[in-house]
Amino acid sequence: MTMVEDLGRLSKRSGPQSSSLQDGSRIAVVGAGPAGSLFSYFLLNMAEAVSLDIGVDLFEPRHFCHRGPAGCNHCGGIVSESLVQRLATEGIMLPDGVVQRGIESYTLHMDVGDVEIETPLAEKRIAAIYRGNGPRNSEPLDTHSFDGYLLELAQEKGANLVPRLVTGVRREDNRMRVTCADQYCNDYDLAVIATGVNSRLVESLEDESREFRRPGRTKTFICEFLLGRDVIRDTFGPSMHVFFLDIPRLKFAALIPKGDYVTLCLLGKDIDDELMQQFFSSPEVMNCFPKGTVPSHVCHCYPRINIDAANPAYSDRLVMIGDSGTTRLFKDGIGASYRTAKAAARTVVFHGTGAEDFEKYYAPTCRAISKDNQVGKVVFGFGSLIQKSRFARRGVLRMTANEQKNANGSRRMSEVLWDLFSGSASYTDVFLRTLHPAYIGSLLWNLVAGNSPSASSRNGHGRGQECDRVEH
Amino acid sequence: MARLGKQYSDGDVIFREGDTGTCMFVIQKGEVEVFVESDGHELILRKIGANDFFGEMALFEHETRTASARAVGPTHVLTIDKKNFLAGVHEDPSLAFRIVKTMSHRIRNLTDRLAKYEEDI
Ligand SMILES: Cc1cc2nc3c(=O)[nH]c(=O)nc-3n(C[C@H](O)[C@H](O)[C@H](O)COP(=O)(O)OP(=O)(O)OC[C@H]3O[C@@H](n4cnc5c(N)ncnc54)[C@H](O)[C@@H]3O)c2cc1C
Repeated sequence: MTMVEDLGRLSKRSGPQSSSLQDGSRIAVVGAGPAGSLFSYFLLNMAEAVSLDIGVDLFEPRHFCHRGPAGCNHCGGIVSESLVQRLATEGIMLPDGVVQRGIESYTLHMDVGDVEIETPLAEKRIAAIYRGNGPRNSEPLDTHSFDGYLLELAQEKGANLVPRLVTGVRREDNRMRVTCADQYCNDYDLAVIATGVNSRLVESLEDESREFRRPGRTKTFICEFLLGRDVIRDTFGPSMHVFFLDIPRLKFAALIPKGDYVTLCLLGKDIDDELMQQFFSSPEVMNCFPKGTVPSHVCHCYPRINIDAANPAYSDRLVMIGDSGTTRLFKDGIGASYRTAKAAARTVVFHGTGAEDFEKYYAPTCRAISKDNQVGKVVFGFGSLIQKSRFARRGVLRMTANEQKNANGSRRMSEVLWDLFSGSASYTDVFLRTLHPAYIGSLLWNLVAGNSPSASSRNGHGRGQECDRVEH
Repeated sequence: MARLGKQYSDGDVIFREGDTGTCMFVIQKGEVEVFVESDGHELILRKIGANDFFGEMALFEHETRTASARAVGPTHVLTIDKKNFLAGVHEDPSLAFRIVKTMSHRIRNLTDRLAKYEEDI
């Protein structure tokens, strides 16, 4: 029976079986992005704790030591505040060579002005990293790839790296057969799919079946600008620059400073040339760059992003983790990879590799993420309303700027924006905070005050001369 | 290349005995001394280095800090919020495993020291 037939069988709920790992069990992990490497790391760690002797083959054709697309897993490269803390609690510290820059603040750019939101603790807890070894043609520096570092951790725990492209995963006599492009073939007690959403493998699995639905995806855009360390320090500083612009289909846009480069990330629905043109020609974006000119980029890609979970994401002896399963909507995808990878590792070590084990112990983590994404859609809906209304933008700007000026006062809007941009809190948590009467009261007051005739006359000189603008 | 956390210079106090704590700390680089003061004397409880954590009792109790901590040489320290930690443990109890293991080592250490102290007197 093929894997896809099996996935279909699961969705019809026809008696999945339970099975557990034994000494000598072999596990295939397909893909060594954050999900695959962290899964292997935690699996081997937990197996060691319960004296279980298992073997892990980690399939990954990419070399993370390469610069440019060949070594890169294409993302903005922000490791969220919550993930940095959780990894540190696990004993995983990001080495200096991996962290290109510690982010200290977010600068929100809108047509009505800019405001810098500083980290609540005056501490660098957000890391800007490269997934590979830096942009195309970059100088070889003492940088280190984030994905490469996680892969090393997995290898140190005992995972065996198999540098091959997997082309097929199918069920053979109650084991999972993994085949590769070069005809390599082996059988395993468990197959873990961690290929992300930019792989042909998940696509081909769906094409074969009407039961299995691969994750929903949309096209995004990333590029790198070479500006040099000094220019970046003087223009961008240790701040991530986020844009709230009235551009249809654009959900999130950010400029992320790293070493000698600045990474631009555009997320939304099917990012295309027209949207990019609108973005690059907006004064808010141009004014971020030296002399108000957007330079040409040195490296770019159009990776896809997961916007809807795979269904189902597990079956007997098979589980999908990270982006190939479930992830957070537009935020903290690496954090979601950590969560799903660890939940899957816990399930197979302490419970079993059957569909019912995954249903009972793995699915709750996926469901929690998906449920939070539903709230996230509402939050992004509100964001779009603000994006469309200058009236609302003035209120948001005024409230945030006043909070930033008043060091000891409450910072309700700043905290909501901080957690939304950094992905540090769940969408549900952020949403509930916006329902607090004090938040609503303050926002209403700032909407009135920010749009009053006196504020308008003070604000009426165009961008950069807002009374509420915080210089940086 | 960059380092995460907050930077402290040699001798900087990170927190003091009696402070109310809502977070623990993980050392990114450098060393930290945990100490108590009594009758004007300082007793160093332990000296810890990179990847070690301290101040973890604040995550589990509402009490004030029972000891002080200060940097030994240039040190980078990352703060772990109580809320983030407890949310993580709620979803994944094994997140607390490393802390429980270290706390168990520390209790064992203190018990040994206490036994030795009782023998000496
Ligand atoms: C534009 C953009 C910006 C983003 N910015 C951020 C951000 O700033 N912070 C954040 O946390 N998240 C961000 N994300 C999300 C993040 O990139 C993903 O959530 C994360 O990479 C998922 O990790 P993964 O391990 O599941 O998959 P991936 O990172 O995609 O890794 C999959 C791995 O599998 C390998 N592979 C694929 N097919 C095969 C095969 N057939 N055989 C063997 N190996 C295979 C690939 O080579 C790759 O190494 C962003 C995403 C996009 C698109």
